[in-house]
Amino acid sequence: MKRLSKIPSAGLIAAVLAVAVALPFVVSGYYVQFASKAMLVGMLALSLNLVVGYGGLVSLCHAAFFGFGGYMLAFMTPEDGGASLWLSLPTALLVVAAVALVIGALSLRTRGIYFIMVTLAFGEMLFYLFHDTKIAGGSDGMYIYFKPELVVGGRNLLDLESARTFYFVALALLAGAAVLVKELVGSPFGRALAAARDNERRALSLGFPVFRVRLTAFVVSGVIAGMAGFFSASQFGFVAPQMLGWHLSATILVMVVLGGMGSIIGPVVGAFALIGLEEVLKTSFEHWKLIKGLVIIALVFLLPGGLRQLATLLMPERVDASATPAKPRSDEAPANV
Amino acid sequence: MDALTFGVQLLNGVQYGLLLFLVAAGLTLVFGILGVINLAHGAFYMLGAYFAYWISAHTGSFAAALVGGVAISFLLGLVLEELFVKRLYGRDHLAQVLLSFGLILVIDEVRQMLFGKDVHSVAPPAWLQGSIQLTDVLSYPVYRLALCVVCLAAAGAIFYVIQRTRLGMIIRAGAENRDMTRALGIPFDLVNKYVFAGGIALAALGGILVSPISTVFPGMGDGMLILSFVVVVLGGIGSVAGAAIGALMIGLTDTFGKVFFPQVSSILIYVLMAGVLLWRPNGLLGKKEA
Repeated sequence: MKRLSKIPSAGLIAAVLAVAVALPFVVSGYYVQFASKAMLVGMLALSLNLVVGYGGLVSLCHAAFFGFGGYMLAFMTPEDGGASLWLSLPTALLVVAAVALVIGALSLRTRGIYFIMVTLAFGEMLFYLFHDTKIAGGSDGMYIYFKPELVVGGRNLLDLESARTFYFVALALLAGAAVLVKELVGSPFGRALAAARDNERRALSLGFPVFRVRLTAFVVSGVIAGMAGFFSASQFGFVAPQMLGWHLSATILVMVVLGGMGSIIGPVVGAFALIGLEEVLKTSFEHWKLIKGLVIIALVFLLPGGLRQLATLLMPERVDASATPAKPRSDEAPANV
Repeated sequence: MDALTFGVQLLNGVQYGLLLFLVAAGLTLVFGILGVINLAHGAFYMLGAYFAYWISAHTGSFAAALVGGVAISFLLGLVLEELFVKRLYGRDHLAQVLLSFGLILVIDEVRQMLFGKDVHSVAPPAWLQGSIQLTDVLSYPVYRLALCVVCLAAAGAIFYVIQRTRLGMIIRAGAENRDMTRALGIPFDLVNKYVFAGGIALAALGGILVSPISTVFPGMGDGMLILSFVVVVLGGIGSVAGAAIGALMIGLTDTFGKVFFPQVSSILIYVLMAGVLLWRPNGLLGKKEA
């Protein structure tokens, strides 16, 4: 049974990768750029899922890490040329890691609703830091006139100006992040994280260092989010405080739930679905946010398991027990919906 | 800074804190009693201010705006509880976060359809216009003083209802132990509805009261939402007295921060929150883990 279900999923991954690699050679530049953007946001959603889905911690500050990564690139891009990836990327990730470490260490002292509120508040602190002060153009944001460069022996190996090159960089980053999260979740570390989610008291009494495990997951997830933000800023050549705002944090949370929390790649599917939907709605309706809001409300009530649930409803024979998404519980037992 | 300027700033800080308390009290009651996290709380604050603008522009009466705005918001709260929130009491916090985020998007767009996205101002009632002259250069607006009085009265009413009435007894019992309250045949589920609607009406009341001294604009709910969250985190979830302490702390920190440390004033309240979290992770008056 297990073997049977594994083979198609490996085949599926290969097929998706083949399509992803072939895509920039068959579709127009608009779609290549759109797919690059969606993959980076998908990477952000995937990073959030490590904390929300596998850690049971509903964080509302991941956009802040994403935006911080972007702002770091803006700070380190010189006036007359592109920033060196060798220097700027590690620096950006280190700074984001430090920020995530401080916010995580404070927020993880709390549980449940408190954790949601505290992460939201710290995320907004970073938003107001960039919005209200003059350090990075205030509410107007900052332009990044030159893409970062990967120079070896005087030659730039990575021409990020080319949409196709950028697409493959985004694809590689997303694949790398997916492999990293998959390895983490499957490792003893991931088991400890899930154990703490399912029953914190029991995990503690078994001797798991719950706080340290959660903090590590929070920082790793923040760094992946920061990396996505770094390249997202490079794609658009612009950073603004909205990149750090909690509306983006909530939107990626929607993507995670839409795609399903039970899998590594689900949130990426959710990101593509939601961004695609937004793109269609924006061109067709003036009040598209109203429809987006109604879609989110419908998701909560009609499809709490996300698109994965829809797939199992349409193809009941593919149901397998491991696919049921694990959710952070409130103090009451969840009602059957 | 001389004593009089200090006094004026102190009054500003207290007035800001009282306003924050009104909004945060609604939030902490909904958290504490219903166990529901409502991110749309700030949207109702914004909506209250737009109701105030719209009603006072059409009737010319601020009193009508006050009564009408609170009544509409209360009814809206009842409808939303019946339609959506009721179904989420047993669900995880994530579902509540998503629902209230969806509600924010819907409320924002509906507001834009009804009232547009322009910035507005609201005139205070005629008998509260003008200022008290303190010195030749220093004066204090009468409306701000009246605002303090109204907020204090509302705070007194909240404490009275919760501590001294039968309704309050049910609310306290339900907050203590939901299932036991239901098992004893007490109509806690009916009370839920009024608590949710009351929380929303408090947010809207805050928005209405603030409309004559601040501009009415679409993004005003977001800032208020974060501030009320910080207040609730400081005070402890579900604790109305904690919300009062937290709100005054934030009001004073923010006001004096802007005076003494204008460069970093927007960060100060978060530093305060971080400090409280290190010292008491469940808030100053919080008892148990939420």
